[in-house]
Amino acid sequence: MITLEHYIVLSTILFAIGMYGVVVRKNLLMLFFSTEIMLNAVNIALAAISNHYGDLTGQMFAFFIIAIAASEVAIGLGLLIIWYKRHGSIDLETLQSMKG
Amino acid sequence: MSEETLLYIALFSPIVSSLFAALFGTVPKRVFVGVVTSGLIGLSFLSSLALFIHLQSGSGVVHVQMFDWIMAGDFSVPFGFLVDEVTVTMMLVVSLVSTAVHIYSIGYMEHDKGFNRFFSYLSAFVFSMMFLVMSDNFLGLFIGWEGVGLCSWLLIGFWYHKHSAGWAANEAFIMNRIADLGMLLGIFLIYWTYGSVQYDVVFSAVSEADGEILTWIAIFLFIGAMGKSAQFPLHTWLADAMEGPTPVSALIHAATMVTAGVYLVIRANELFALTPEVGLFIASLGAFVAMFAATMALVNRDIKRIIAYSTLSQLGYMFVAAGLGAYWIALFHLVTHAFFKALLFLGAGNVMHAMNDELNIMKMGGMRKVMGWTAILMLLASLALAGIYPFAGFFSKDKILEVAFDGHYYILWATLWITAGLTAFYSFRVVMLVFFGKERYKDFGFHPHEAHDYMIWAMVPLAVLAVIAGFFEHQFVAFVSNVLPVYEFSEHTHHMVGQLILVTSAIAITGIAIAVFSNMFREGVFSSAFRNTILFKLFDNQYYIPKIYEEVITKPYMELSKVFWEKVDMKIVDASVDGIANILRSTGENTRGMQSGNLSYMLRWMAGGMMLILLFAIVYTYSDVLLNILQGVAK
Repeated sequence: MITLEHYIVLSTILFAIGMYGVVVRKNLLMLFFSTEIMLNAVNIALAAISNHYGDLTGQMFAFFIIAIAASEVAIGLGLLIIWYKRHGSIDLETLQSMKG
Repeated sequence: MSEETLLYIALFSPIVSSLFAALFGTVPKRVFVGVVTSGLIGLSFLSSLALFIHLQSGSGVVHVQMFDWIMAGDFSVPFGFLVDEVTVTMMLVVSLVSTAVHIYSIGYMEHDKGFNRFFSYLSAFVFSMMFLVMSDNFLGLFIGWEGVGLCSWLLIGFWYHKHSAGWAANEAFIMNRIADLGMLLGIFLIYWTYGSVQYDVVFSAVSEADGEILTWIAIFLFIGAMGKSAQFPLHTWLADAMEGPTPVSALIHAATMVTAGVYLVIRANELFALTPEVGLFIASLGAFVAMFAATMALVNRDIKRIIAYSTLSQLGYMFVAAGLGAYWIALFHLVTHAFFKALLFLGAGNVMHAMNDELNIMKMGGMRKVMGWTAILMLLASLALAGIYPFAGFFSKDKILEVAFDGHYYILWATLWITAGLTAFYSFRVVMLVFFGKERYKDFGFHPHEAHDYMIWAMVPLAVLAVIAGFFEHQFVAFVSNVLPVYEFSEHTHHMVGQLILVTSAIAITGIAIAVFSNMFREGVFSSAFRNTILFKLFDNQYYIPKIYEEVITKPYMELSKVFWEKVDMKIVDASVDGIANILRSTGENTRGMQSGNLSYMLRWMAGGMMLILLFAIVYTYSDVLLNILQGVAK
């Protein structure tokens, strides 16, 4: 039987993986992937808890997050491509033009 | 015009005058400022005169309440004014002398840069003094009391660029604050005992209070009076206050403000009448100060300081009368003294003006030839001060001596009697050294000249009053007896009056004669034998009291302040404030490295911070569970 705990544990593991990726990775593309993983971890948790309580609000929220994630990726990838065209690299270390 | 309107005009035209002059405070001299302010003060005088006539006709006391002033719980003080016989007497004196001084000042301050500012302060003083005498409660009196203190400070330090003037102003202000603390405590006690600070409420219930509390109230109020009226040991400020312009000395430090202490005792006569032991103390201190100040005046060479000491001495006389319960006599002497003392100071101002602000009477002499009118006016004032018949001082001073004699206080009487001789001596010493004898000023290259005509004319009313005021004694008694208890002389004294007057006049005339003859034969110089005596040194150094204050109070206080500054302020207060600032700054310095601009690092900080916050949230939410676990581990 798959209970709420299973979903929550899955969500936590996915969130941790995403967080680890954000902290460790230097490649901007990989960072995007990591944030996507984190967002989806949250989506799983929201959907599961919503189902558990029989309240649709959580699932609505999950849809919103999916929509926002999609638009974020669209803009983010666009910026990323421009950056790559200009600098020839998407390594985080090179993104320091605003350093004081 | 209704009495209420008159009252408001008398009270508020000085403040209008002050504000008007203040508008021109920063611009160069404008003569019309002096003229307008003099006019407004004169208006105040005319209103006071109208109120006087109103009271004289027996139409009753004028009592108005403008609005509620302080309302807090049971404590209520209306903003009210009361004009009774005592008040109107004070108002007349204050506004008359002020008018004369304002007009006089137009001439005296003609070359001063602060001409307009001077008139603003002077009028503000008149307003404060009017407020002081007209208030119908102790709190209003206190406001006026502080107001005159402030104006006195402003005017003593009028020439603030001079270090000595600034110092003297601060000295006067601080000494008065010390005394005001006593006064405030007295007012608090009055409220605590009677539940009100209104004169009528307090005085109608005055005997209901416990004797001991009454005594304390009387003592505290008198401490306030001691500061303002410069009684020993708070007297040093008055002589130093002579740093201010001379019209200020005439108005504030002779005729009006310093008599506020006497006014307070007279106003609270119901209270002081019930505490005869405090009254006796007041009288004894008064007699002591009368003699003490007169001795200092004997040997001084500074014309203004001599007159200042004589003011001190005459205030002592007033306190003797007030302390012994002869309140109307104290008020009478206050009035006559205001006239001749203001006159004396304005005369001294003329002399100073002629001598380019030289104060040393040894450098003057023979000046009657160049300034005849001033000489005559000063001579009249000195005769009045010495108490020679028929001048005003004779009547009032003699009455005070009779009171002391009548109460069988022979020591007080003898002290005052000797002082009368000293007074006559030092006032004629000044007159002789300044106006008669050899023209020593020529050796010092001075070219004295008589003052402007209008300055002399401003002095004339004062001179007339200094001469004739004494003859209105009986009318005066009848007038103020509605408010003040009439002092009844015993049968015994009644028979002795003739002899007493003779004895007093004799010593006064002797004093004058000594002054005149010593000036003829010796040019007023004290013999070197006398100069070397301890007595002379005591007098000349003002009994070393300023020095003692310097050594015993000022210097230790300075040292203490230094200790507090270096040890407490710098090491504790400043250090803790600086410490906090340093912690914040060093935290900033140390964590600045975080802002490397490297996105990767910043993401790590963010993740770390989020974890930390999550951890806090968990610990906070489950704190009781965690505590239970910890307790279990401890067991």
